Amino acid sequence: MTSRYTATAKVLHWLMALLLLGLLALGFYMQELPLSPQKLQLYSWHKWAGVTVFLLVLFRLAWRVIHPPPPLPDHMPKVMRLAAHAGHALLYGLMLAIPLSGWLMSSAKGFQTVWFGVLPLPDLVGKNQELGNLLQSVHENLNLLFVAVIVGHIGAALKHHFIDRDDVLTRILPTCSTEKKS
Amino acid sequence: MKPWSRALVLSVMIAGSCNVQAVEYRHIQIAQSAVTFTYQQMGVTMEGTFGQWVADLRFDPDQPTAAQVTVDVDLAHIDTGSAEGNTEVAGKAWLNTPTFPTARFVAKSVEPLGDQRYTVTGSLTIKGRTQNIVIPTTFTSQGPIGVFAGHFTLHRADFAIGEGPWAAFDVVANDIQIQFRMTVHADTAPSTTAHLPQPQSQP
Repeated sequence: MTSRYTATAKVLHWLMALLLLGLLALGFYMQELPLSPQKLQLYSWHKWAGVTVFLLVLFRLAWRVIHPPPPLPDHMPKVMRLAAHAGHALLYGLMLAIPLSGWLMSSAKGFQTVWFGVLPLPDLVGKNQELGNLLQSVHENLNLLFVAVIVGHIGAALKHHFIDRDDVLTRILPTCSTEKKS
Repeated sequence: MKPWSRALVLSVMIAGSCNVQAVEYRHIQIAQSAVTFTYQQMGVTMEGTFGQWVADLRFDPDQPTAAQVTVDVDLAHIDTGSAEGNTEVAGKAWLNTPTFPTARFVAKSVEPLGDQRYTVTGSLTIKGRTQNIVIPTTFTSQGPIGVFAGHFTLHRADFAIGEGPWAAFDVVANDIQIQFRMTVHADTAPSTTAHLPQPQSQP
């Protein structure tokens, strides 16, 4: 069946939604903090969660290739279809680029990323403060763009549900998919 | 002692003094030396440098137990690996550098272990607290140029480095590894390294 998402795809969508919102909030919050043990802990947790999200995105993309998502509703005009595909491509691109930029920024600033304090990720760039500052602004701006795209994503889902009254929102929800049958 | 044997002893002594001439290594070459440290922060190894230090050192490999070593580290020039960290460690909770600007090591004994290895024992004073420490050291020399190298671990809690909220070791570990490499010229060393005598090949 291609008219609905697989259970795995739904779990991935909502698990990552939670993780990403948490990461965004934590990321914007922690950078304002004065140096403290808590700040160092929060940075580490942010980095560990970021690596986790990156791996989840890779798995999710592989899953998506093997299990293509259901098609968009027939009523959608060509421009809106293009916009929907572009939006999703942007979401996936950012979900890959943001953790990568964070990883590179950490290396350039001289703080190696060690996943859960156990598994060290290689430093792909050497310590370089200028590059670190540049990558920091890249990381921040990609996240601001990400917030904008997420707002668009949520807005589009709500428009589909309340204005177009199609199943684009409900088909990703865990409970409605079994009940709803058109 | 017969005259011929006296001459023999004398000639051996002269030959010996030429081969194993007593040299005192005492001129630290800062540019060819480094004192660095590593520490663990949330399981991540961080590297730091002591940017400024002076050493008063006298070492004769033939009389190692007579060696004198005093190292003064200017803690205001510590580099912890980040600007934020450098500002932080100057504060009272860490090194309190305005009140305790210098860390000092004074060797009390230098014990030769053979094979160019020595055990240097002495007192280390940081932040007004003094601890005895044992530093395994190697000394290698090529003519008038000697190199001391070694590393040891200090426990920051012993010196109240990182108090209050930093006192627990879950974020910043207690162990701090100190590495050093000090190049020292002997009295007989030429002022420039360009005219070093080649090591003499013995038959």
